[in-house]
Amino acid sequence: MESYIPIIVLLGIALVLALLLMSLSRLLGPFRPNTNKLNPYESGMDPVGQARERYSIGFYLVAMEFIIFDLEVVFLFPWAVKFTELGFGTFVAMVIFIIILFIGLFYTLKKGTIYFELKPSISNRT
Amino acid sequence: MDYLYDLNTFIPATIAAAAGLVVLMQSVYKVKINTIFGVTVFSLVVALLFALRDLFGPVGTSFYDMVAYGGTAAFGTLLVITGTLFCVLISRDYLEAIDHHYGEVYAMILFATTGMVGLAVSNDLIMLFVGLETMSICLYVLAGLIKEEKTGAESALKYFLLGAFSTGFLLYGIALIYGATGSTNYADITALTDISPLFMAGSALLLVGFFFKISAVPFHMWTPDVYQGTPTTLTAYFATASKAATFVALILVMSRMMPEIEGVGWTQAISVIAIITMILGNLIALVQDNVKRMLAYSSIAHAGYLLVGLAAGTADGYTGVLYYLFAYTVMNIGAFGVIAFYERNQALDFTDVNNYAGLGYKQPVMAVLLSVFLFSLAGIPPFVGFLAKYYVFAAAVNAGHITLAVVGVLTTAASVYYYLRVMVFMYFREPHKEFDLVNPGAIFKYALIVLCVLTVYYGVEPVFPMGSLIELLTSYYTETGPAGMAGP
Amino acid sequence: MATYAFVLLAVLAVASALAMVLNKNTVNSALFLVLNLMSVAGLYLLLHAQFLAIIQILVYAGAIMVLFLFVIMLLNVDEEESLFDKFRAIYLVAFLLGVVVFGQIVYSLGGVTDLLPEISADMAYVGTVEAVGEVLYTTYLMPFEMTAILLTAAVVGALMIAQYKVKTSDQEE
Repeated sequence: MESYIPIIVLLGIALVLALLLMSLSRLLGPFRPNTNKLNPYESGMDPVGQARERYSIGFYLVAMEFIIFDLEVVFLFPWAVKFTELGFGTFVAMVIFIIILFIGLFYTLKKGTIYFELKPSISNRT
Repeated sequence: MDYLYDLNTFIPATIAAAAGLVVLMQSVYKVKINTIFGVTVFSLVVALLFALRDLFGPVGTSFYDMVAYGGTAAFGTLLVITGTLFCVLISRDYLEAIDHHYGEVYAMILFATTGMVGLAVSNDLIMLFVGLETMSICLYVLAGLIKEEKTGAESALKYFLLGAFSTGFLLYGIALIYGATGSTNYADITALTDISPLFMAGSALLLVGFFFKISAVPFHMWTPDVYQGTPTTLTAYFATASKAATFVALILVMSRMMPEIEGVGWTQAISVIAIITMILGNLIALVQDNVKRMLAYSSIAHAGYLLVGLAAGTADGYTGVLYYLFAYTVMNIGAFGVIAFYERNQALDFTDVNNYAGLGYKQPVMAVLLSVFLFSLAGIPPFVGFLAKYYVFAAAVNAGHITLAVVGVLTTAASVYYYLRVMVFMYFREPHKEFDLVNPGAIFKYALIVLCVLTVYYGVEPVFPMGSLIELLTSYYTETGPAGMAGP
Repeated sequence: MATYAFVLLAVLAVASALAMVLNKNTVNSALFLVLNLMSVAGLYLLLHAQFLAIIQILVYAGAIMVLFLFVIMLLNVDEEESLFDKFRAIYLVAFLLGVVVFGQIVYSLGGVTDLLPEISADMAYVGTVEAVGEVLYTTYLMPFEMTAILLTAAVVGALMIAQYKVKTSDQEE
């Protein structure tokens, strides 16, 4: 239990700091709202539609890949802490694991997942 | 432990996985699609040879009891690889015709095959879950292959949502079983003597998850829509290989994980599910005009027949189920294959049975093949479907489940109507308009002819020609090595 | 000390779960879910399941929630649309089923009266990263390697579903 005290202290500092900065800017800064100030645009045309637009599917693909390789990291942690005791067979197993995932990464990079302008496509003609 | 020795027991799945990665790389480097097709077929043939070797090899478990080999597990591997090989062989021309022929499809099929083999040989609930998920993820993608069409998108979405839902049941069941027993290993769970309510709840949820995957009746709603929206040759893959893998896993769970609680009531539960599955599947199939939907309901009905063998709960019953799975794989891929051939013709909508009028005289070979497969599906004597049904029902009668066998025979008689209806349209109706059928490709044609030969040969040969196969499979449940075989 | 932490985290978990379900704004719901996952991670930590707690924050509160938010923004769901516009029998069935599940949990956990179990040194070791590493790469080696295939298939599958166009006629170029 004692070993978690630094983490709890860190969380506490984060919370206090966030609250402090928000309240300080509110207390110290001048706060005199009027209709014009609260409008998104002070001149020109009125804003039309919602602020939330539909995202491109490309963002979703990137998020998907983030999850996959996040999971790979999760598998790497327990291996890393026991690396010296687990032996050569486990090392080979981990190399195979990483190679398989690397092939997946290589595939998506080649198909242009992270370059949105290329428009990811199964087609062989890009 | 010796990793290489263990790997030796798991070669078919390893080959499928490696081939999948190779195919993926090939599709990045714009290799010709026919080369990719060749690599896929070659790797599957090699995997098939290794699966055959394993079938006659020793029986045991490897990878720290994660994976079973030999006996039932080897037969399951063989079924999955056979089903995949024939589905790939008939897929090329069809996928080309619907303009969805690219390397990733083969990569997904090979990855799914890896998962199916992992599922079919699993000896631990963790392995079962990972295998099932690997299979399911790939199948969700394949179900949505024709995503430009509404039916394709609907098929993928329905399959994904209901599949994820059923996986939830399965996983919750595994969690409860682990909570009750402290282990996920089949042997450890069996060794447990007192059965807590927690374990019962876990097992029930596990079975519900399985029933979803094999589309037994209260959990069958996704099947027709998914089968309809998926490219036909891949529907054959869904209906045969994935069902075979799931059933083999279910046999392993039933025979190895919960044998001593048979008296507690799983047999009754499975019997009830089997009866309503057989009745409902066959009844709804009677009124289908869409051939693919008809075959979807027929596959639900076949799941019911398979459950009859499982409900028997004896070694005979399990062997009957395995034999039935083989028969079902062969004849169902054949039937879907011929329908895929007709669909390649753009002249009419060949998923509608009304348009089959007069087809019997256009490409006589194909029409005869379809007739053979449909006769076999209906369970008419000279074909393998009859023998499979006989084994399953005989096992049920021997185990004292007369009701199950009677319902099975009656629903089989009713099912003849909708199978024969297609043939009546093909041979005895005048075509609505004139059109010419395309020629089936050589590979396509010979793959179907091989399936037809298997259907007829195993139907007229009353003893399974692989010698002591039934004893070999039976030995696996009784855990005594068969005569002349090296034990683990 | 541990008891106070448990009560705090448990109340936080239940409150954030309720707030998530009852909130009409989907983005706010997602953020309450983050809070819920965090407090559950704290509960794991109290049970000395360190690895699980870290994974809960790293994968669920981190990666999965990013995906949730992207999906919400991708679908652009409007805030309105009340679920309870009219009473239907299915709600009653759902409620009864929920009661059954709750009763089952209470029944199976009814014997445990302590707020927190006594955790021995052996039990505490099981939850550490080292203990997970020991079994994951020996006993569970095969499922582990199969996971690599599963993840690769998921990457390729996501790309296949999200692709913009499909062309197959130009393979020979």
